[in-house]
Amino acid sequence: MARSVNEINSGSTADIAFIILVFFLMVSNMDSVGGLQRLLPPMPDENQKVEQQKVNRRNILVVKINEQDQLYAGGDYIDITMLKDKAKEFLVNPNDNESLPEKENKEIEGFGLYPVSKGVISLQNTRGTSYDTYIKVQNELVKAVNEIRDEFSMEHYGRKYIALDEDRQKIVRQIIPQNISEAEPLDLKAKKR
Amino acid sequence: MITKKRKPKAMQAIGTSSLPDIVFMLLIFFMVTTTIRETNKKVVIKLPEATESAKLERKDLASHIYVGAPIKGEQAKYGTEVRIQLNDSFRSVTDIRDFVAAERENMNEADRPFMTVSIRADINTRMGIITDIKQELRRCSALKIMYAARKPQVIE
Repeated sequence: MARSVNEINSGSTADIAFIILVFFLMVSNMDSVGGLQRLLPPMPDENQKVEQQKVNRRNILVVKINEQDQLYAGGDYIDITMLKDKAKEFLVNPNDNESLPEKENKEIEGFGLYPVSKGVISLQNTRGTSYDTYIKVQNELVKAVNEIRDEFSMEHYGRKYIALDEDRQKIVRQIIPQNISEAEPLDLKAKKR
Repeated sequence: MITKKRKPKAMQAIGTSSLPDIVFMLLIFFMVTTTIRETNKKVVIKLPEATESAKLERKDLASHIYVGAPIKGEQAKYGTEVRIQLNDSFRSVTDIRDFVAAERENMNEADRPFMTVSIRADINTRMGIITDIKQELRRCSALKIMYAARKPQVIE
């Protein structure tokens, strides 16, 4: 063998990699995509006659936020810190109270019969409500649902909801649905259209 | 003097041959954990805090609508009123329809039903504009939405 092939000088590899690294640091953003996920109701067909959905009074918890960011839930003005417990009581209805939502025995695949609450939380706001308060209220409602789910999971599977596997999470979701409806704001129709 | 003479012999250069590997490792870490910023934010957004904020499983399915007051540099042109930013420019509520259509177009056929519109609104926004956006989204049947929120720092 004569002289070996010249090796490519690799001394500058580090520099090149550093430049790319700095580039990525600059063009990327670390802020995570997170938030409260919601499903909007589909737009009602305009040709279709608006049929008032007949929902039993006791099955709805009306939560209203007015321009002054005051919270009105289930008949009186309450503080935001009390909303979660109110929502939980409404959704669980442990003593089968007459004024709280009824339950319907549903066959859940993989679990069996379970009395699923028919309760719906209806969240209403005005155009003047601040977004901050709105998110806080949404957060409390989601927290209520999540806590009920956690309690159920602990009782039946011995683990928190988040630690369950996909199938079981689905079962829990079916048993404790997140029924939060975002109604159109009260004064929307009066002002527009 | 004696020590000075002795030292150069004892000193050994630190091996730098693994430096490229280390830097590459860092590079790959950053490439994996970050998303490339596609839009320049022209509005000031301080996200609200929500303890129940959940992460979106697939970031690529999210389209963002920014709502907030214009940044300092744009205030001369656009004022200080809360505005909607789609992609790179200020738009009105009626433009959301086109925006959603375009975003849908960019997605895989299979992913389209899972498109999530993330509303990144400033904490000081009033619900009026958010409601308008929601109504418009309902009209173009982009029903999966997300209110972007930060998880508050837990102080223990």
